[in-house]
Amino acid sequence: MVADLRRCVGCQTCTAACKLTNATPPGIQWRRVLDLESGEYPDVRRTFVPVSCMHCGDPPCLDVCPTKATFKRDDGIVRINAEVCIGCAYCAVACPYQQRHIVKRRELAYGAQATAAEDARFDPRSIAVSTKCTFCSDRVDQAASLGLTPGVDPQVTPACVNSCIAGALHFGDRDDPCSNVSELLAHSVHFRMHEELNTDPGFYYIVEERP
Amino acid sequence: MISSVGRIEPWRQRNWDWRAAGNFIGGGSGSGLLLSVPFAGDAAAPRLTLLGLALIGAGLLCVWLEIGRPWRALNVYRRPASSWMTREALLAPLLFACGAAVVWRAGRTFESLLAGLALAYVYCQARMLQGGRGIPAWRHPRVVPLLVTTAIAEGFGLGLAVLAATAMGVIPASLPWLTATALLARGAVLIVYRGALAGKAPTLALAALDEHIVVDRLLTAAAMICLLAGATIAGGRWLLVFGGLAALAAGSLLKYTIVVRASFNQGFALPLLPVRGPGRAAPGARPGW
Repeated sequence: MVADLRRCVGCQTCTAACKLTNATPPGIQWRRVLDLESGEYPDVRRTFVPVSCMHCGDPPCLDVCPTKATFKRDDGIVRINAEVCIGCAYCAVACPYQQRHIVKRRELAYGAQATAAEDARFDPRSIAVSTKCTFCSDRVDQAASLGLTPGVDPQVTPACVNSCIAGALHFGDRDDPCSNVSELLAHSVHFRMHEELNTDPGFYYIVEERP
Repeated sequence: MISSVGRIEPWRQRNWDWRAAGNFIGGGSGSGLLLSVPFAGDAAAPRLTLLGLALIGAGLLCVWLEIGRPWRALNVYRRPASSWMTREALLAPLLFACGAAVVWRAGRTFESLLAGLALAYVYCQARMLQGGRGIPAWRHPRVVPLLVTTAIAEGFGLGLAVLAATAMGVIPASLPWLTATALLARGAVLIVYRGALAGKAPTLALAALDEHIVVDRLLTAAAMICLLAGATIAGGRWLLVFGGLAALAAGSLLKYTIVVRASFNQGFALPLLPVRGPGRAAPGARPGW
């Protein structure tokens, strides 16, 4: 995934889209946008930074997981098998991006009455185990059978990317040099969060055009 | 100046609380106590072993109370190839089996084997904490010798306190000196650990550690004075009790501090700030460091 920080306006539409799609409990956001103010008047900057699971190439959460509940798919998406996870939270403390969440009981956004999305998406297996962003892998998985391309065709693209009003979020195959994200990265100056920790994050942030 | 909305700065993790700390405290002091068994004399070995196993068991119970799906706990054995939590869990039954052999007086060979397993157990715990790569105060490699030396110091201290407080047998003359040596080693490793963390952990984590180190130094000094006085003064049995308990308290409080109070996460950092309109990307920001 690629976030073009020049374009992000901090509208949190991706946050809301993720929330609606995955019906995460109150206080749990698999996708959110950080809001950073820096500098001294008159040289002040405001930066919006979308964050989620980085689907690392070398995920720290995977090696520590004592149950093998955390696994990495062939396409690089890191998933959790909720049937196996014991909720020990070792992955949560191993993740340098704070993107693992555990809720002990079902919580609803608006009192006792569940919303339609909460009811439709509720999965009792997700209680008391580790949860996180899946890169909407259920949508991505339809790509092969439908002959579509994730990141290009909205039907097989993560909800947050589809919802982005500023065109800041992009999704694609970084191993394919012709993919949309590879093209973007080739022509831009970018970084990855906490690169010094050698986790090989799958989330890139663009800050300017390559000179 | 930097301000933020949405938690950019490091914050204290809440996934591992006092129950996780309880595992490191019980497991560490229990393992340390089992390490002291070969030095404690034959008469005391069974009861010290029982106490050590009880502490380790209490630590494991704490973890069991913390996990979200306790009835699936046996799944913990599924990743021995890379998870130190699995390795710790694999060692536990061996430790209890060997401990049972010592309690039933199977011989000194089992005491030595038990000490070896206890050392391996506490090493697993230390590596497990180091595996928490999202927490800068945990992931530093120096945390491993710190936890191991802490376990030895508190285990020997507890063993000495128990021997001195009860009439289980003669207190071996070497035990107070071994405890004092372990305390000194732990103090030195703590200084090295804290020095190595400078600039590599969030300021709030360092502040929590520094706040505790004052208490740690007082407890360690009190323990050293009591141990040395108790070892050299005739009738200084109660000094050895206080010295041993102070060593135990210092180790346990340190682990609580590291696991709970200094457990600030990485937060977020931007090496570069993006272009907005004309101009170039600006130098980045790393709030809370």
